[in-house]
Order: sequence, then C-alpha cells, then structure tokens
Amino acid sequence: MNATVAERVGRPLIQDPHRLGHGGDGGDRAVGHGDGGPAPKKIIVGFGFWIFLLSDIIMFSAIFATYAVLQGATAGGPAGSDLFDLHNVWVETLSLLLSSFACGLAMIAAHRRNMLWTQLWLLVTGVLGAIFLSLELHEFADLIARGAGPQRSAFLSGFFTLVGCHGLHISCGLLWLGTMMAQIGARGFRANIIRRLMCFSLFWHALDIVWVALFTIVYLMGAGK
Amino acid sequence: MLGKLTWNAIPFDEPIPMAAGGMVVAMILGLLTWISVKGYWPYLWREWITSVDHKRIGVMYCLLGFVMLLRGFSDAIMMRSQLALAAGASQGYLPPDHYDQIFSAHGTIMIFFTAMPFVIGLMNFVVPLQLGVRDVAFPTLNSVSLWLTASGVLLTNASLVIGEFARTGWLAYPPLSELQFSPGVGVDYYLWSLQISGVGTLLSGINLVTTILKMRAPGMSYTRMPVFCWTALASNLLIVAAFPVLTATFAMLTLDRYLGFHFFTNDFGGNAMMYINLIWVWGHPEVYILVLPAFGIFSEVISTFSGKPLFGYRSMIMATMCICVLSFLVWLHHFFTMGAGADVNGFFGVMTMIIAVPTGVKVFNWLFTMYGGRVRFEVPIYWSIGFMVTFVIGGMTGVLMAVPPADFVLHNSLFLIAHFHNVIIGGVLFGLFAGYTYWFPKAFGFRLHEGWGKAAFWCWFIGFYLAFMPLYALGLMGATRRMQHYDDMSWHPLMVMAFVGAAIILLGILCQVTQLVVSIRNRDELRDLTGDPWDGRSLEWATTSPPPVFNFAVMPNVQGEEAYWGMKQRAIEEQRLMDEPSYEVIEMPCNTPTGFVTAFFATVTGFALIWHIWWLVVVGLIGAYAVFVAFAWRREEEQLIPAAEVARLDRERRHLRAQILPTLTRLA
Repeated sequence: MNATVAERVGRPLIQDPHRLGHGGDGGDRAVGHGDGGPAPKKIIVGFGFWIFLLSDIIMFSAIFATYAVLQGATAGGPAGSDLFDLHNVWVETLSLLLSSFACGLAMIAAHRRNMLWTQLWLLVTGVLGAIFLSLELHEFADLIARGAGPQRSAFLSGFFTLVGCHGLHISCGLLWLGTMMAQIGARGFRANIIRRLMCFSLFWHALDIVWVALFTIVYLMGAGK
Repeated sequence: MLGKLTWNAIPFDEPIPMAAGGMVVAMILGLLTWISVKGYWPYLWREWITSVDHKRIGVMYCLLGFVMLLRGFSDAIMMRSQLALAAGASQGYLPPDHYDQIFSAHGTIMIFFTAMPFVIGLMNFVVPLQLGVRDVAFPTLNSVSLWLTASGVLLTNASLVIGEFARTGWLAYPPLSELQFSPGVGVDYYLWSLQISGVGTLLSGINLVTTILKMRAPGMSYTRMPVFCWTALASNLLIVAAFPVLTATFAMLTLDRYLGFHFFTNDFGGNAMMYINLIWVWGHPEVYILVLPAFGIFSEVISTFSGKPLFGYRSMIMATMCICVLSFLVWLHHFFTMGAGADVNGFFGVMTMIIAVPTGVKVFNWLFTMYGGRVRFEVPIYWSIGFMVTFVIGGMTGVLMAVPPADFVLHNSLFLIAHFHNVIIGGVLFGLFAGYTYWFPKAFGFRLHEGWGKAAFWCWFIGFYLAFMPLYALGLMGATRRMQHYDDMSWHPLMVMAFVGAAIILLGILCQVTQLVVSIRNRDELRDLTGDPWDGRSLEWATTSPPPVFNFAVMPNVQGEEAYWGMKQRAIEEQRLMDEPSYEVIEMPCNTPTGFVTAFFATVTGFALIWHIWWLVVVGLIGAYAVFVAFAWRREEEQLIPAAEVARLDRERRHLRAQILPTLTRLA
C-alpha cells in the first residue's frame, strides 16, 4: 500500500534522506535511542540522576576554581602547609572509600533481595560516613580554635566552603540513607525503592570522586607547600 | 523572635512602593475572594495546583512569566519617565535610593521571572508533544520546579512592601553587595529568591534533558526531532551546566554576608573580580538559554507558515550545538575593562565574533525557508519577520562591542543597554510572543484574536525602535547606565523619545491583554476543532486541541523528518485515516501537592533566612524534609486510564479528522 502511494505521487512521500530509524540502515535499535520509544523507567531515573550529579560536580568545580584562585590569599594568616594534618585526612579518606565499598556490597545484596545483608551493609556505609563526618568536624573545630576559621582569610573561606560543601553533601547523604533504610524495612524491595537505592549509591560514589579531587588538590598539594 | 523583622520594615513613609504594594495586595485579595465566592478552589487545587501534567505546568509557567512581565515593565516605564523628567535642574520624581532598587528589580525580574518562566513554560508544554510522548521524565519534579520558581517570585515581590530590594544592579556585584556597603535585607531578598528559583530551574533543566535524550516516540531519532526540541536540548544542557555555577557563586556571597567569609570583600584577601568572572560564567550561557528556544520557535513558525520544510535542517542543528558550546567561551566580554591584558581580551573578543557565524547560518536558513514558500501572514510570522530585522541589528552592535577597544568606550554606557535589549526583546521576547500565539490554540482549543495580535505586534515593534535606538545614540554621546539624573540638556530630546517608545510598548502590552480577554470571550468563534489550525508539520498537531491528559492515544510511529506532515500527506493522498489502532490502558502519574507544599516551606525558609528568624528556618527545613518523606512513602503513584476511555477520546478525534480530510489540499 505504502509503495503504491509513493509510486502514484512519483516521489517518496516521507522525507527520510538518511534512512534513519525504522527499517533504515543507520537506525540505532537500542531502546531510548530513538528507535524503540521511551526508555524503561530504571534507565530514565538513573540517567536523570547522573545529569543531576554532573550539575553537582559543576557546582564543585566552581568552588574548586575559587579555591585555586584564593589559595595564596592568606592575608598574613596561616597557609595550608601550616594547618593540614595528613594523618587525619588519611583516616577520613579510608573511611569514605570503605563506606563506598560497603555501599556497593549493599547494592549487590539488594539485587539479591537479601534484606538482612542489605540493611547491614547500608548500616556499615552510614557508620563509616558518620566517622568521616565527625573527623571533618573535628578538624574544623580544631582549626577554628587555633584562630584559623573561615573569617581569617580568603584562603580559609575557600577551604572551609569547599571541604564544608562536600561535608554538607555527606550529611544530606546520611539523612537520605537513614530514610532509605527505614523505607526498605517498611516496604521491602519495591521497584521504586530499588531505583532510589541505585540513585543513592550513584550519589555516594560521586561524593568519593569529589573527595579524591579534594584530597589531592587541597590536602596533598596544600600540605606540601 | 522575629529576627531583624520589625514594623520599620514596611515603608509607610514612601508613597510609591506603598501605593504599588497596596494595589498588588488589593488585586491578590480581590482575586482570592473571587475564586472563593465562585467556589473555584477545589477545581484549581485538583486540576492545576497539584497537577503534574506537563501541559498544565507549562501553561502556569507562561502565566507566571506574563504576570511578571507586567511587573517588570512597570519598573521600566518608571525609569524611562524618570529620565524623561530628570534633566538639568529637575530631579524627577524618583530619589536615587528608590531608582537603584527599580533598575535592580527590573533586570532581575525580566530575566529570572519573565523570560525564564516563559521559555521553560513553552519548552515544558511543547517538547513532550513534539517528541510524541506522554509526559516529561519526572512529572512530580516538574511540579516542584514550577512552584519553587513561584516561590522566588513571591519573595521578590514581598520585598516591595516588607523591607527593600537590592540596590546593586541585577547581578549584585560585590563589594557593593557585601554587608559593609549593603547592610539592609535587599541583597538577601535577591540572593534567596534567586537561589530558590534557581534550584527550580536546574531541576527543570535536568528533567527536560532526560526527557529529550531518553523519551521519544518510536522512530524519533535525533535527526528527526523538530528543531525546537534541539534548541530545547541545547538550552537545557546549558541550564544544567551553568546554573550550578550561579548557585555556588550566590552561596559564596551569602557566606560573606551571613558568616563573615572573605570571598569577595575588599579586605582579608577577598577578590571581587572572582565574583564577576563566576557570575558571567553563568550569565553568558544564560543569554543562550533564553534565545536558543526562541530560535527554535522561529524555526517552527517560519517553516509552518511558509508551507515548506525548514531549509538546512541539519545545519540548523549544527549551528545550535555550536552556539551551545561557544557560549561558555565568551564570558569575559562582559568586562573587558577588568584589565586582563591584550591576549585574554583578544581571545574572548575573537570567540565572541565567532558566535556570529552559527547565528548567521540560522538567519540565512530562515530566509531561505521563506524564499519560494507561500508565506501566510498570520501573527506568528509577523513576530518572526520583526525578529529577523531587529535581531540582526542587535547582533551587529554586539559584534561591534566584541572589539575590546570599542568596548572600553562603550562599557556600561546606554549603548550596551540598547544592545542587549535589542537582542533580548527582538530575539527572546518576540520569539516567546510568536510561540505564545502559535501554540495557544493547542493549549486551549481556540485561537487568539488576530487583529489585536497584529496591533500588539506593531506597537511592540515601533515602540521598541523608538525606545532603544535613541539609547544607542545616547551611549555614544556618553550617557551611562544606572543614572538617575543628568545635567547635559542635549540628551533630553532623545530621553523623551525613548519614553514615548516605552509608552507605545505599553500600548502593545495593553493590546495583548485585550487580545486575551477578547479571545476568551469569543472563544466559540475562534474554536479550533481540528487540532491542526496552522497546517502544522510536527507531532503536537497530530493530537486534539487541547490534548488529552495522555497526549497520544497510541504513541506515534515516526517514519521521517516532519513526522506529522508525512502522516498528513499520506492521509490526504489516500483520503482515509490510518487504520484504527488497538487501544490499551494508559498509566499516568497521579496528581500530588508535593511541589506546592515544598515551595511553601521553601518560601518560609527563604523569608526566615532573609530576616534572620533562625527558629523558622529550622521549621521550614524540617517541613521540606517531611514533604519528601511523605512523597516517598505514598502508595499510589500512577492512575490507570481504561482502554475504553482512551478509545472513546481517540475516536472523537478521528471522527473530526475524517470530516475535514476532504477539505485539505492534495499534494501537487
């Protein structure tokens, strides 16, 4: 039928010069890439959350840029090399990376629909995150007590904001984690809860990525000077 | 208990804000009373406030933009009338203190609360329809975005009567915006209202990027998407990439003001130019966030009303994406005078001029689309042609200012003001009005009155030239921006002329209001039963006007560029619709008050932060968290629309289409 119509008109009715999509040669048949219609919800949620994480990383990069510019602006106050305690930072890094690992294990347990191990690993994730956070707060309190608070110089404003912004993300993550644990306990592994868990784990790993940059640029490079 | 908030915050001794505020409050109270008396609350709550339908949300965004256009314009005409009066010995009627608040509010409102909601509203409404899908990726998040934007609007307007607004210009440059020089709440109102609405915009950007990349009808490959979807994609990618920088920058200024940090202060190593760099890393892409969707609208309109496919579809996509990338490489041209040196200025000057190339490609594509077409002179094409003439002039003055030595002379002069109004009014606003006229029948099922639309166009068009061409001349004569009074009497005639232009624009706005009222009253005569009033080419015209909640009974099967045009031509040729599909149950997301309640708590938190009412901040944050938990715990997420209902609605549509089919022109 279609062919006869095209013949009657004498040229193709539908403009498709590159024969993309249906029946064409160049069509991408993967779902959500234009041929098969909308992607499944799991992919949409994961993808959308990744876009959010990218935007979050851009926000961090703006603060990183500011920190880089203001790093030398100590206004006669202490510089990074006078302040940073790499032992503390080492334990922080360790607990955060282990926390991420525990989060990965929790995801595996969740995919196997194992309630006990899921909750257990999520708990480990949260405890390690809380250890990280308390070490960071301890460091902040110590700096402020030594007169090196964020009001001291532009450099310290940048330091507290950059590290504090990461810490704020960790705190929000812990709140989210607690809520999720309660929800999994109350509702079990429903599809939407699994999707949220996936988002949480993406979030938690992304915070690790930010921390690696932070650890390198702020602490390692700062302490060496 | 109430932080800094006392009765002194209400400016009883200043007649202008009190009168304006009183009028606004009276209007809002009147509206609320009217709604209560008529008993519309349940309807409004059910159908609009809690709606997660992208079409409803889009309409509300546009309405918000239109209302704020009135507010922003009243600021504009106050400035123009002040400058028409305040020459030589006369001081006009606005004291400097008040004048500073007006120009700050004008810029903030026009960009953030007029142009942005309007652009986002049209994208929200149109993109899922053009992609042939049923909603955006995250419908509830969409509602949250809308209401957070509304929350920002509310806070900005509250500053009219409670406290004051920023006097720092629309970007609140430090050190002026620091606590030392702006101790009042004005800058805090600015920061928190933009921070809250900025979150809404970011979420909306994420939502639309995900929608366009992951949710398209079967067969809708990237190179089959309508150009408006491409420009929407570019615009939303820019939102995702640029708004976080704005959030970070405002957060730093907030820390300076609230906790004594030293990011941008004059002392303790702070660096004010850092703010200016960061804000323009957001600010220049923002220009393209606004204008790219407008380019998309013109592409749709020009192609439809010329009765031809868009000329150079692929080059249009290339140009759009080039602009999208280049927009991040030109921010420094906003402050060549920073003194970064010849090399840096040279780089940014050249990059700025390069942007003119893809833009030029677009203009030629539009011209060639019209060339050889049978152009139907309806209102949307008026705006489009007016745009092409005006925007090219604005673009050329932009290229002129991209030359750093020229910019050193013209920086912060009225020439600059003329330039960016030339591109924003001539580009963005004309595009929005074209889109508003073009898609209005899709949203409401009847057209806008044509005569009033054309009158509005001519008033805006002539008014624009009268209001802004004199500013180019005044800029070259040395007049600066943000100036409340001047001594040079030779500027006076041009200032009066600019005021006359603004008054003609006012007539244009009045024509638009009249057009809306007249169209609603005569809606039966203007009714569009076909769902395709303009002989359209993309999928939004395949469904009814207004579309059912699920948009398409069966997802369209896209077989080429201009998906709907192909279907239509086939139907005309065969003189029959395609076979009736088998209808299935459709799952649609449930309505939820999450967005509205979240925004309520965001407003409370914002207001409490502005006035340092710390306990209320805690209450607001706990409230917002509670809303999210409640949302996460709900059991019913989706409602089912039975297949019989889908079939009934679609058969109605098919019946109407079958009736008009014989009247449509056959392919030659």
